[in-house]
Amino acid sequence: MSIDKIQEEIVEEFALFDDWMQKYEYLIELGKSLPLIDEQYKIDDNIIKGCQSRVWLHADIEGNKVVYTADSDAILTKGLIALMIRTLSDQKPDDIVNADMSFIDQIGLKEHLSPTRANGLLSMIKQMKFYALAMQAKDQF
Amino acid sequence: MGTEILSFDVEKIREQFPVLNQRVNGYPLVYFDNAATSQKPRAVIDAISEYYQTINSNVHRGVHHLSQLATDAYEKAREKVQLHINARHTHEIIFTKGTTDSINLVASGFRDLIKEGDEIIISALEHHSNIVPWQMLCEKIRAKLKVIPFNDMGELIQEEYDKLLSEKTRLVAFNHISNALGTINPAKEMIAKAHAAGAAVLIDGAQAIPHMAVDVQDLNADFYAFSSHKMFGPTGVGILYGKEKWLEKLPPYQGGGEMIKTVSFKKTTYAGLPHKFEAGTPNIEAGIVLGVAVDFLQEIGLENIAAYEQELLEYGTQRLMEFDFMRIIGQAENKASVISFLMGDLHPYDVGSIVDKLGIALRTGHHCAQPIMDGFNIPGTLRASFSFYNTKGETDRMIEALKKAKMMLS
Repeated sequence: MSIDKIQEEIVEEFALFDDWMQKYEYLIELGKSLPLIDEQYKIDDNIIKGCQSRVWLHADIEGNKVVYTADSDAILTKGLIALMIRTLSDQKPDDIVNADMSFIDQIGLKEHLSPTRANGLLSMIKQMKFYALAMQAKDQF
Repeated sequence: MGTEILSFDVEKIREQFPVLNQRVNGYPLVYFDNAATSQKPRAVIDAISEYYQTINSNVHRGVHHLSQLATDAYEKAREKVQLHINARHTHEIIFTKGTTDSINLVASGFRDLIKEGDEIIISALEHHSNIVPWQMLCEKIRAKLKVIPFNDMGELIQEEYDKLLSEKTRLVAFNHISNALGTINPAKEMIAKAHAAGAAVLIDGAQAIPHMAVDVQDLNADFYAFSSHKMFGPTGVGILYGKEKWLEKLPPYQGGGEMIKTVSFKKTTYAGLPHKFEAGTPNIEAGIVLGVAVDFLQEIGLENIAAYEQELLEYGTQRLMEFDFMRIIGQAENKASVISFLMGDLHPYDVGSIVDKLGIALRTGHHCAQPIMDGFNIPGTLRASFSFYNTKGETDRMIEALKKAKMMLS
């Protein structure tokens, strides 16, 4: 499924929720249910530091696609990571680099992506795109 | 001080803080992030507007009427600060950009006063702003930075401090009150010990000034740094108190207008205190209005404030302890109205995000004091810091919000 299509799906899912509490409960659910990263990759080299919560991110190439795994010590952050991975993982590097992540705004969770929130999420998106960019470059040589 | 108000009427006081009267995410705001910055009373807010409407002009240079009025008001504010902390001279009050700037001014000046192998002592309870300037200085001069450790309660271990002091110690820097834990350090005793070893002392008083009466002469501090914005005044102006003899010893911090006596291309001579350290046009409005904030504090009385905030601290601590697996980080015997805590293994970011949705402003994270968090081996805490406009009812609201967060996250 294309990145746009997945994002549309997520926006539709969130439209079912009446208030923030249901959204947060859903995020917490997502955060709890997903085994996100292999323990061997949960190392300092893969850490994206925010002052509020920490995020670990790992990228693999499978065929012509990038597959991400990630984790966080905060559950809300983990839930949001699950959404990012659902959107960007298993996609082509070109599409990842050009992906518009403004759907986070549409589902009313923009505040978690504010640069001042310092939870590592914004840096995580940058890092995801950076990995994709690196793989794109590798393809060209 | 404080004789005008015999009983502490918190509702009357709250009326003077317009920002408190609003809803956040549909709930009445509970502002418990006072250690980060304080809210401003109407007198302060109005004075900012009035300054620009009546006397806005540059200070210390014009002969014209407005310039004179602005200069007088600015210098009057300096005098109010002097009296507020009981400094000996008005010129011992230097206006800076904030506490961080005040500390950097001293650290920069000490480049000329220390040499390789000398030692500077700080404490493990410091805010980054009272760590990094000294680290930079020590790296530059190849001096040694030594750190006073703290115990499980979050109190500085005095025996370890005694051991660190020596004839090599040139300066000791520590906070009067820890921003992350609320610990009130025994500043007077620690200063006396440093002096006995022949060292100068800088106190970071940013967290003490809004909560307790401070007498710099009684403390015998050589430098005392604090910020207007944490004491109900405007942002962007800080204070460095320094004993005259120390300020005379320090070289100017920055070059420019205002800080000079005469300038030629061969030689510039510097102005006397306090202007030697105040290059360029200062934050005039904030400086003047800081004087209004000082008046406001004097009127309520810091003894009244300290007593009421202790009540809030005790009540808040007692209510938080109702939770299972509650961990209060920092349980010093002498503590200001700051509670840093963790709820079981719930992440502070998660809890903070949920209670924010319920209108409660708590701080989460390491509070710019990473070494403290490392010392307790935790990623950060939730922090509730109370001011005299807060109420026990607001604490009850926080407790309800925390219960909700716990339910959602468990």
